[in-house]
Amino acid sequence: MKLKYRKTLFTHLALIVISVLVMAPVLFALAKSTQTRAQVFHYPPYLGFGTAMLDNYRTAWYDFELGLYMKNSLVVAAVVMIFKTIFSMLAGLGLVYFDFPFKNFVFYFILFTLMMPTEIMIIALFNLVSDLGWGNSYAALTVPFLASATGVFLFRQHFSSIPPDMVDAARVDGAGPVRFLWSILTPMSLNVVGAMALIQFIYMWNMYIWPLIIIRENDRQVVQVGLRSMTNVQDTTNWGVVMAGAILAMLPPLIIFIGLHEQFTRGFALGQEK
Amino acid sequence: MYPARFKGKILPFIFMAPTLFILLVFLYYPVVQTFILSTYRVAFLGLRKKFSGLENFVTLAQDPGYWHTVWVTIIITTAIVIGGLAISLAIAMLANQKIRGGTVYRILLIWPFALSPAVAGVIWLFMFSPGYGAVNYLTFLATGQELNWLGNPRLAITLIIVASIWKNLGYNVVFYLAGLQNMNTEVLEAASIDGANAWQRFWGVTFALLSPMTFFLLVTNVTYSFFDLFGMIDIVTKGGPLDATNVMIYNLYRDGFEYYKTGLAAAQSVILFGVVVGITLLQFRTAGRQVHYGG
Repeated sequence: MKLKYRKTLFTHLALIVISVLVMAPVLFALAKSTQTRAQVFHYPPYLGFGTAMLDNYRTAWYDFELGLYMKNSLVVAAVVMIFKTIFSMLAGLGLVYFDFPFKNFVFYFILFTLMMPTEIMIIALFNLVSDLGWGNSYAALTVPFLASATGVFLFRQHFSSIPPDMVDAARVDGAGPVRFLWSILTPMSLNVVGAMALIQFIYMWNMYIWPLIIIRENDRQVVQVGLRSMTNVQDTTNWGVVMAGAILAMLPPLIIFIGLHEQFTRGFALGQEK
Repeated sequence: MYPARFKGKILPFIFMAPTLFILLVFLYYPVVQTFILSTYRVAFLGLRKKFSGLENFVTLAQDPGYWHTVWVTIIITTAIVIGGLAISLAIAMLANQKIRGGTVYRILLIWPFALSPAVAGVIWLFMFSPGYGAVNYLTFLATGQELNWLGNPRLAITLIIVASIWKNLGYNVVFYLAGLQNMNTEVLEAASIDGANAWQRFWGVTFALLSPMTFFLLVTNVTYSFFDLFGMIDIVTKGGPLDATNVMIYNLYRDGFEYYKTGLAAAQSVILFGVVVGITLLQFRTAGRQVHYGG
């Protein structure tokens, strides 16, 4: 009994130490984001709460236009999240609940795109999107990302695991495929929808190399590239303001992650095992 | 067991149309174009193009600088994958024990999943900056000398690796935790009864049962190191010092968008594409052969 008690205590201690270590860089950034320039450069380092919190966050939001960048990122991430989820569900419906010619071909056509991350084709994608006249637009940041094999296969796998009696029942009730999708499949897929929304939002919010290349003007730039421009003035960088920017930039995906991590685990992580 | 089907031959194509159209236009077409471009010598801004066969690939193969970026990529990837997976598995096993407050610990350990390479990069750049970075102060206290984390090639590589392992920790722990929670504990109990000690139980049962998850994470971590790492490199080291952190994707970006060597950059894309195809085929083959344990 005593041994077990000691073991539990050790586990708690170890988990607390690891949690603090994992959090340390962000706590450091949080403390620094409230400090004036003098407090930031104080030696030895001062890790307490500073006196410039409002100033720093205001400077980051307005002067460095992080507010604008975050709005752009929010629009881009929300549009892709919503439409990619819908398109992936529709494609999953087609693949699982229909028989059609060239089904194998379509399956492999989608499967092979798993091997095509954006990064390997940025040169040609840049040319294509520029030729379409989409440089510096939301279209450049959203349209190419509205479909993915990951999304389609996530729903295909999930739909395949739903008992076939459901479809028969729906057909007896006279429901067509669209109503079947909406009133039977969707309520049974909420974990997968949540996981998908989470993955897509974080993926789009954190996107870096593509907007860096394709967006040339500030008014459509996204938050990650905005952060980059804050550090580019190396010698005169006001690190308190940059840390305020980093904290602002991590908040939306963090909030969504904390809200949806259960769905993520059930709808996605557990599915990867088999 | 196949689910029952709806009737209609055109309808499924209408449902799949948005996905198929986007994949065709924005994935297949650029990939084909990349292959074509890699066989051309392209003058500044693509004004003149001249077919040059495999010249770009020969140039890369003869360039010691390019081999250096390949080598750097391999070192960084190996360290991120092995270090990251080992630490994540240890943390996941600790967090999987039945203790009070387990859910709280889990959230406290997995939240870095939401961080971007750029945000992680900005914070770690500041922590390790020479002169005023807090870590420098600590290393000064410990060793009596100022370490130039951004100016010394080995230290810069170390910084990138450690920051990446930290950034990926949340993702890896989520998946290992899911694997552990889904694990059939009867096998562990049986091994216990058979007299296996903790060490044998870990390698013989836990690690073996987790191997599909480890393989999945291996692939995602390699993908991170090859592509997503770009944001962190661009913010923290810009490939330096002395090209010490100039990984393949960063070299590609510079050749394509700073020096406008479009053909050469396309050839580098084709090489990276070959790596991705290799990893994916390995994944499919392994997934097909996997031994399935129990439920």
